[in-house]
Amino acid sequence: PLSSRCCGPSGAAPAMNCRAEVLEVSVEGRQVEEAMLAVLHTVLLHRSTGKFHYKKEGTYSIGTVGTQDVDCDFIDFAYVRVSSEELDRALRKAVGEFKDALRGSGSDGMGQISLEFYQKKKSRWPFSDECIPWELWTIKVNVVNLANEQERQICREKVGEKLCEKIINIVEVMNRHEYLPKMPTQSEVDNVFDTSLKDVQPYLYKISYQITDSLGTSVTTTMRRLIKDTLAL
Amino acid sequence: AMDTDLSSQDRKDLDKFIKFFALKTVQVIVQARLGEKICTRSSSSPTGSDWFNLAIKDIPEVTHEAKKALAGQLPAVGRSMCVEISLKTSEGDSMELEIWCLEMNEKCDKEIKVSYTVYNRLSLLLKSLLAITRVTPAYRLSRKQGHEYVILYRIYFGEVQLSGLGEGFQTVRVGTVGTPVGTITLSCAYRINLAFMSTRQFERTPPIMGIIIDHFVDRPYPSSSPMHPCNYRAGEDNGAVYPSVEDSQEVCTTSFSTSPPSQCVFTVTKAHFQTPPPVVTDTLKVPVMGLAFSHQLSSSRLSYQPAALGVGSADMGYPILFAGGLNAAHPHQLIGPGKEGGVPPVPSQPAHGTQADQERMCTPLDGVPYSAATPSSSEDTETVSNSSEGKCGSPHDLLETIFIRKVGAFVNKPINQVTMANLDIPFAMFAPKNVELEDNDPMVNPPESPETESPLQGSLHSEGSSGSSTGNTHDDFVMIDFKPAFSKDDILPMDLGTFYREFQNPPQLSSLSIDIGAQSMAEDLDSLPEKLAVHEKNVKEFDAFVETLQ
Repeated sequence: PLSSRCCGPSGAAPAMNCRAEVLEVSVEGRQVEEAMLAVLHTVLLHRSTGKFHYKKEGTYSIGTVGTQDVDCDFIDFAYVRVSSEELDRALRKAVGEFKDALRGSGSDGMGQISLEFYQKKKSRWPFSDECIPWELWTIKVNVVNLANEQERQICREKVGEKLCEKIINIVEVMNRHEYLPKMPTQSEVDNVFDTSLKDVQPYLYKISYQITDSLGTSVTTTMRRLIKDTLAL
Repeated sequence: AMDTDLSSQDRKDLDKFIKFFALKTVQVIVQARLGEKICTRSSSSPTGSDWFNLAIKDIPEVTHEAKKALAGQLPAVGRSMCVEISLKTSEGDSMELEIWCLEMNEKCDKEIKVSYTVYNRLSLLLKSLLAITRVTPAYRLSRKQGHEYVILYRIYFGEVQLSGLGEGFQTVRVGTVGTPVGTITLSCAYRINLAFMSTRQFERTPPIMGIIIDHFVDRPYPSSSPMHPCNYRAGEDNGAVYPSVEDSQEVCTTSFSTSPPSQCVFTVTKAHFQTPPPVVTDTLKVPVMGLAFSHQLSSSRLSYQPAALGVGSADMGYPILFAGGLNAAHPHQLIGPGKEGGVPPVPSQPAHGTQADQERMCTPLDGVPYSAATPSSSEDTETVSNSSEGKCGSPHDLLETIFIRKVGAFVNKPINQVTMANLDIPFAMFAPKNVELEDNDPMVNPPESPETESPLQGSLHSEGSSGSSTGNTHDDFVMIDFKPAFSKDDILPMDLGTFYREFQNPPQLSSLSIDIGAQSMAEDLDSLPEKLAVHEKNVKEFDAFVETLQ
């Protein structure tokens, strides 16, 4: 079941509730990437719109979002993602790093990856813009090691079933129709949406992850802001 | 000023949204059960014809059926739109898998903005539907359809009927959207009894010949509407051309405004497109199946098995056999007819029974006193299926197909699968079997002979893996005048009996003999590093190739 709580306002920002959802999965090492992608893509499917085209008089029209089926190789599971190669690449990059970190030394095979949706609030100089989160998805991962092929086969199916449950959970949350940022004017659109992709427009998001060592303390915290220029590096 | 009553423009818009939402819902559901991966492209500039800002193709036949079912009405309290997904085996047995319900309840949200919030929430709901249609058990079944079963859909409007789903069905809610006239609810009730089946079992059986595809199955329900296969190839039906339905090309050029609510601008314009109806075949191809099967599909007419072909139809109770028999504790127990297991009472479905009699395929073991020739290992099932030329499965072909065992390398099909398909139990192929490959691998143990009287059968199989070419065992049985039933064969210039005798004891494969085998194995192992190096060098090419496949 999803555990849900609201985190309080951050610093001096105006009080805004950020709802937080936590999902937990236990997977085999080689399933980490696909499982993470399935969850992240499902969330982003619901949190992406077509590209906005602003016209005169403050009206705008919205582009079309295409979707496609993705089959997992290591899990008996399939999911739908937004048809956007840029978005897919961005997610794969983040998930790849997470997977590598999980495999790295000091890791007990436990970690979590977070997808945070935020709004930018412009501040006057010399203060930098604030990022105010309004929704936070955290996926806690526990990597298991399996002994033989039979166990792996069972794991394929079990993880597939678990992911089905997660998708249903995600959809439940989406259906609550809770706070979403107001639709922005043209001047404000970059404070709400990521307009850097050419075919779709997700809400502004960032992905971060943490690996816990066997003591349960956080060893590595990496914050990455996934915008196009970062990817270009 | 807030107007609590819906303006007429809003009302019109709302009705239109609900109507197109219903049509798109049906498209998403049916397309998710076609057995194919769906892929549509994003487009940054609005084309004006993509409702809810989502690229969802419109299969003309599906739209046609949906409109027929709705008959100009919209979902309202007590009047729900339902899409029923069911499975039909090659033997004519069918089983309901899911009912997707689009319902309306009385809870109104007067404050909500129609042209903006409702529209966007409907779009979100469709996305949820896309996601949820991939996580119910029927999705995986539908991806494997084609050989032994097909997935059918049926749309009806009115009261939801869940009784066909068996006991213990589960429900998943896709979502709700409040509107000023009521709350739209989208949910799915699905049978869970198949959840324990591993769909792996369907991967290894050869295609069954002469599958009867019936577009219009008689249903026992009074308000029956025709069932349709989900993997419908547009235009291949009885020549009926579904007119490109005018409204499906209705443009929804939506403009949204960021100004305060009172100045909300929303325009929906109807442009008369001259574009042809969406080409469906690019992403919705009929899955590639055995040759005879696709032939059947395109001829698409009901063909009956004449009773004279020895139809051994025991009229068993249907899917409930599985509903009761399979349970979580022992998912691999094979429940045959008449066994205990808390099988709930079978609701009588006489229409199914009668139909099954007519449609049931000839089960080859019903006292046919001869055994099919075991083809040599080089012959594949395709040649056999060709010989039937799309005829509706004469028992000769059936027998050959069912008994085909590629004696030799790579036989990995457990014997139980074949035997089960021959027992006259509905949905026999769905019964989970103990997939103990070791025990059932004919390479390891010679296959047991299936239940048949023929002495030839017995001797053939005891010969099978020993590989000796003396053939002396069968000399005990001297056939003078061997006239196998149904043995006429148009393709080969000899009769089946001669063929059988000639090829009864093929020489053992050279690769199976130890010396040659070991030698070639050693050679193979030696050349491995080289091969690996070559492959590594070309890895880029391979990757590019793989990319093109995706």
